[in-house]
Amino acid sequence: MTGRFVVAAGLDGAGWHPAAWRAASARPAELFTARYWADLAGLADRGGLDFVTIDDALTAGPADGRGSDQRVDRVRGRLDAVQIAARVAPITTRVGLVPATVVTHTEPFHAASAVSTLDHLSGGRAGWLPRISLDPTEAGHVNVRGVPASAGEAYAEAADAVEVARRLWDSWEDDAVIRDVATGRFVDRDKLHPVDFEGPFFSVKGPSIVPRPPQGQPLVAADLAGAGAAAGDGAAALRFAATACDLVFAAPGDVAAVRAAEAQQRRAAPPLVVLADVVVFLGTGAAATRARLDELDGGPPAGGDTAVFAGPAAGLADLVEAWPRAGLDGVRLYPGVVTDDLPAIVDDLLPELRRRGIVGAPAGGTLRERLGLARPPNRYAPGARR
Amino acid sequence: MKKPVVLAVHFPGVNNTTVWSAPDSGSQMAFASFAHMARKAEEGCFDFFFLAEGLRLREHRGRLHDLDVVGRPDSFMVLTALAAVTDRIGLAGTLNSTFHEPYELARQLATLDHLSGGRAAWNVVTSCDAFTGANFRRGGYLDHARRYDRAREVLGTARRLWDSWRAGDVVADKERGRFLARPDAGAFAYHGELVDIAGRFNVPRCPQGHPVIIQAGDSDPGRELAAATADVVFSQHSSYEDGRRFSADVKGRLGRYGRSPQSLKILPAATVVVADSDEEARERASSIRRRQVSGPTAINFLEQVWNRDLSAYDPDGPLPDVDPDVEAPALAQGRAMRFDDRRGVAQRWREVAAARKLSIRELVIEVTGRGGFVGTPQQVAAEIDRFVQDDACDGFIFIPHLTPHGLDDFVDRVVPLLQERGVLRTRYEHPTLRENLGLVH
Repeated sequence: MTGRFVVAAGLDGAGWHPAAWRAASARPAELFTARYWADLAGLADRGGLDFVTIDDALTAGPADGRGSDQRVDRVRGRLDAVQIAARVAPITTRVGLVPATVVTHTEPFHAASAVSTLDHLSGGRAGWLPRISLDPTEAGHVNVRGVPASAGEAYAEAADAVEVARRLWDSWEDDAVIRDVATGRFVDRDKLHPVDFEGPFFSVKGPSIVPRPPQGQPLVAADLAGAGAAAGDGAAALRFAATACDLVFAAPGDVAAVRAAEAQQRRAAPPLVVLADVVVFLGTGAAATRARLDELDGGPPAGGDTAVFAGPAAGLADLVEAWPRAGLDGVRLYPGVVTDDLPAIVDDLLPELRRRGIVGAPAGGTLRERLGLARPPNRYAPGARR
Repeated sequence: MKKPVVLAVHFPGVNNTTVWSAPDSGSQMAFASFAHMARKAEEGCFDFFFLAEGLRLREHRGRLHDLDVVGRPDSFMVLTALAAVTDRIGLAGTLNSTFHEPYELARQLATLDHLSGGRAAWNVVTSCDAFTGANFRRGGYLDHARRYDRAREVLGTARRLWDSWRAGDVVADKERGRFLARPDAGAFAYHGELVDIAGRFNVPRCPQGHPVIIQAGDSDPGRELAAATADVVFSQHSSYEDGRRFSADVKGRLGRYGRSPQSLKILPAATVVVADSDEEARERASSIRRRQVSGPTAINFLEQVWNRDLSAYDPDGPLPDVDPDVEAPALAQGRAMRFDDRRGVAQRWREVAAARKLSIRELVIEVTGRGGFVGTPQQVAAEIDRFVQDDACDGFIFIPHLTPHGLDDFVDRVVPLLQERGVLRTRYEHPTLRENLGLVH
């Protein structure tokens, strides 16, 4: 438990529903513009959401590992999520920024540098959502390591990528920059450390190019309901979360499974922050909106076991109110139609949750601080437990 | 009609030219430092703001090099953030063509171009040493001789990816329920010797079509790659005569590729020191050079050429009489500078030192100096104008020695004079970098 109930939002294109871009409020022609993302992030920031996730994939299609298709009636194309986060960092002040990266086909060194830089740019508001890929289309776009043999292999590699990133973030001690004019030394090189990571998938020498970020280590999140579930190996996803991550997005009923995985992996780090993932359509006409979008898309979206709520904000508050007692630390709301439901979260749901004493006033500080997570000690600093 | 002067600024980096020891030297990491310099350049109607890329911290004699600035943020993250606090200036970043994969690289550039409204530029560099490769999946997989082959293929792939979406592919027609104009928008294939990928690119066509391409290679294949593919050359030929020779050579190659001389802008690196009088400017310039080359830095440079431990030598004393060690592996790792002829360089340096009775430090100050403009604002503006009108170059990439205020003097005092001369815009005429540079794609 973090002590305060966390409310986050999941951003992806026009919203969770494949036909969200056809809603009256939608701005489909602006999905690839800075203004669109600045508006969404600005709203989340002013509204007091704790953080937003920004989805990503190396395909033109959705970020669910199902690859591309030939449909012309759905949103196709996406900007790099980490860069979207960088673009909105200077114009936001409180909201945490948690972009996704496909780690199966990318360089851990580049990803670690980018996320660390996001933390520097945002004054300690960065997080990272590493995603696996089992999609042959994505593999063909890079053609370096091929399709992983299994979800288990992909998650093992993702865990290595997170381990490398954490080592790189720690590879500079906090006081490594000395600017000592007398001796002409800019850094104390004894406070910079090679990371010497060697694993079955890659090896990385280090140290990082980027000095240690404000949070020490940006927040690392795992998604059980997203790519993991689609990849069909929930156990591997749980193992990844329990061994490598700080926070996990799960189905509301998954808390026991998360805790069991932590025990099984003998997790030494603070317990995972567990956020329930819920798709939301808010307002009195929400059910009708959803039905209309389903019809436009030719049927309801294949969402697997995703929890979907459609109804007035007060009804969602009733549902959420029971979750702290169920061991959930918060919720990530996936707006069904982001241009309708993100404003509704900010204007209707959050005030209602505040009125009921479930969430507090908007807070500042680093993302870790907002989640009740301590700044991690540096594994390479003198006296650190090795 | 006079040629317009193209201006860019290179944010002070991790070379010894960046003076970190001065009282007014600020953080090389704080976003405020980047924002200040980019906005100042934009105030001066500069064409673009430039960032280099670091992929491995430099080492010297087996230990991290600690005499210069160490550590920097990821360039494309900073450039993307700068798009939020600037409106018109171009945002140029270095991405190595060996240690980035083309799909991701093309995507980063296209994303920056979208998020900045058409202001992205890519400086293509080709280093491929195993030392840098130790931080990456594939390690030092590429032979030095093949680095330009890889660059050519990565660039070719990137262009194919940028072209895989046409301008009208995103219809986004809610009423008709049509998001895409055609089902296969983004489909691509590139089957080369060093790059072999296919599928579907996921960033719709960006405002510039293709981000602006910058190349800095100086070898013969480097110049040929620039003539074939680049929009801008970041040149090291900063002096007037050398610049004219280099310009003539590179622009002379353009015809082979069906290109006009105006389609490639040659921009040497340069420094500027201005003051009220010529004499004061010279004094200031020489004091900056002394700060850039401390005693330990002078020895460090000498060791890079001699390739042996010279720490026992006095930087204020004469050059060592021992010869360079040409057998041992290079003492310095992770640097762009390569010495293929250590004995020859040492011999030249000895001759310069002997002729002018220079100490080690004085010699290094002398031989590592880059082209620069030193004088009153009037003198500097006149010189810049002359270089450009006489085809010694098309403009300059200035490398200030101070973060973040190193460009302030130039913008406050020289820019208005260039504008009076009618060779620098007084406002941006176009939204995109490509248009502002006068390049058509």
